[in-house]
Amino acid sequence: MSQLEIKDLHVSIGEKAIVKGFSLTINSGEVHAIMGPNGTGKSTLSKAISGHPDYTITGGDVLLDGRSILAMQPDERARAGLFLAFQYPSEIPGVTIANFLRAAVQARMAEGEELDATGYYKRLYSKMDLLKIDRKFTSRAVNDGFSGGEKKRCEILQMAMLEPKFALMDETDSGLDIDALRIVSEGVNAMRGGTLGILMITHYQRLLDYIVPDHVHVMWDGRIVKSGDKSLALELEAKGYDWVKKELAKA
Amino acid sequence: MPDLATTTLPEAPDAAANPVAGIDQTKGDFQYNVDYEFDAGTGLTENTIRYISSVKKEALWILEFRLKALQTFLSKPMPTHWATKDLDNIHFDKIRYYLSQGQKPKRTWDEVPDDIKRTFERLGIPEQERKFLAGVEAQFDSEAAYSNVKDIVAKQGVIFANSTEALREHPEIFRKFFGKVIPTGDNKFSALNSAVFSGGSFIYVPKGVKVAQPLQAYFRINAENFGQFERTLIIADEGAELTYMEGCTAPKFSTSTLHSAVVELVALKGAKIQYITVQNWANNVFNLVTKRGVAHEEATIKWIDCNIGSRLTMKYPGVVLKGRKARGEVISIALANDGQHQDTGAKMIHAADETTSNIVAKSISVGQGRSTYRGVVHIPKHLKGCKNNTECDALLINTNSRTDTYPAITVRGDANSVQHEASVSKVSEEQIFYMQQRGLTEAQAMSLSVNGFINDLASQFPMEYSVELKRLIDLEMEGSVG
Repeated sequence: MSQLEIKDLHVSIGEKAIVKGFSLTINSGEVHAIMGPNGTGKSTLSKAISGHPDYTITGGDVLLDGRSILAMQPDERARAGLFLAFQYPSEIPGVTIANFLRAAVQARMAEGEELDATGYYKRLYSKMDLLKIDRKFTSRAVNDGFSGGEKKRCEILQMAMLEPKFALMDETDSGLDIDALRIVSEGVNAMRGGTLGILMITHYQRLLDYIVPDHVHVMWDGRIVKSGDKSLALELEAKGYDWVKKELAKA
Repeated sequence: MPDLATTTLPEAPDAAANPVAGIDQTKGDFQYNVDYEFDAGTGLTENTIRYISSVKKEALWILEFRLKALQTFLSKPMPTHWATKDLDNIHFDKIRYYLSQGQKPKRTWDEVPDDIKRTFERLGIPEQERKFLAGVEAQFDSEAAYSNVKDIVAKQGVIFANSTEALREHPEIFRKFFGKVIPTGDNKFSALNSAVFSGGSFIYVPKGVKVAQPLQAYFRINAENFGQFERTLIIADEGAELTYMEGCTAPKFSTSTLHSAVVELVALKGAKIQYITVQNWANNVFNLVTKRGVAHEEATIKWIDCNIGSRLTMKYPGVVLKGRKARGEVISIALANDGQHQDTGAKMIHAADETTSNIVAKSISVGQGRSTYRGVVHIPKHLKGCKNNTECDALLINTNSRTDTYPAITVRGDANSVQHEASVSKVSEEQIFYMQQRGLTEAQAMSLSVNGFINDLASQFPMEYSVELKRLIDLEMEGSVG
């Protein structure tokens, strides 16, 4: 069992405070959805946990299995088992998905240990079959000229190959048409049930029809203001974020 | 492990000699004590030239050629009106123009002195290249220290020799082509080379002979303040085919070192020459090289040129497309790290109908590194059916990196076609973060980005060279991240 513990986290970009006292604990196997209007700090949260240099942690802590990760470089956090599925994945011209993933897998091995190429490709192909991805896909350069749907599938394939302890999925549904959304969701669902813990960030309830969360949290002004089960998402969908705003005003 | 007892540790870099140097270039960063039998001393006068010529026991015409070239060199100004002012920092009077251990070129590996073997070992030449070493024409300082592939190719009638040897043994072919593609007065540094040249390769491939194995030379400078002026002349007779590869690495010294080679290629009717260079000079070396080929009817000359290291490299491989349907190609990769300036490019001179040329140049600037592309494409009005394609792409790694592009394309008449594309891109912080998020270190991420950028070109290199290229880039990128 692994645990990702976010404790009273405060994050700034420059002088501006964005995340203001966010707390949440995710255990292996759980799927948590974070919902909230634009500009409430959802993406900032995922980038800051991953160690993006533009974000400054001004307070609180993030613990992976009881150990703070805040002093670690982004790549150390990744190797420790943290995966960020990007909302806008970068393009890496000239580097094929197969070679990129191979480098990423190699980076997780001990120094001097050589990757078994046959075993690697076998595993890669089995994951691609699982995600219904064509074999030709991995000989294309990473995200280079990809459609929105292809980019997200590429993210999910990487997630499947790198087998993280915890995945932060940032607006994975954005830019997807309904077919792509279904394929991506099937992929994520196929990875569920094991040890993988997921923090799913989304603006819309739509994604949650496909990937049903165990817990739903509403984020407002940099922190969680309401938590519940999947019915909370439906309530939000019906009443809108203004409802949360009014509730907050009453409190 | 090589015996390091005789190794002289390099001195700390002299900040004044190379103010922005900051890269710990461990590869090639060492020096051995070697006893030189012949040493022309520092500085350049007529006496220096007479000394070199007499040590080499040259014919009178060569001495006269050299002396005339010295006058040309002295009379020509530095090309600083268009090139970098850094050229003014070359102190010609402090350079040694000739050093030699005096031994005859070796035929077998066993005969190679242990000192030299240790140098090769320390260079970390990979297994694949050691295999090649069994058939290499290796230049250790001024004279070739080792060669035996020549015996193999000699069976096909191919002459593969160092230039000194060839001048003695094959003066008739040498003289016919020597200095014809690149005349002494072409530029100040071709004149300098013409005056003091030593070493380099001479290759003649007879009619219709296709040399299956690439011929290879491994150059290396091993004396402080020592300029290397090799002179290479390659002639592929009608229908002949040849691939020549040169790789360079040099130890790092505290004072500037000058490398100024001249390479002339002649591809007669229907011949094909491919000339591949992967060089990694220490970052105090001025590398000022003139490379040009003449392609006759239906002949092809292809330069594959990869420049890593050096303080300043100025090199614009060219092809004169002299015969109908001749083809010229330059594939170039340059990587400029902190304190380095790669001023590279290509020249395509169309001089016959239906000639085609292709230039693909990619440059990478790291830290305060600077890369410059200069290209000349010339297609005169009276020609028909000529084509040129030029692509130059620059990649900037840091915000203070610099790149400039100076393409000069002159196409007259309306029966010719030209295509030119240029791009500048930057490795973004987002891209590096993305790769780091997958578990790669910052240096690994940089390295992968750069290798991706040159991937389409690197795949044209022979396998062992593209492996070495990747290794060199990894090494350069390690030093580039704080």
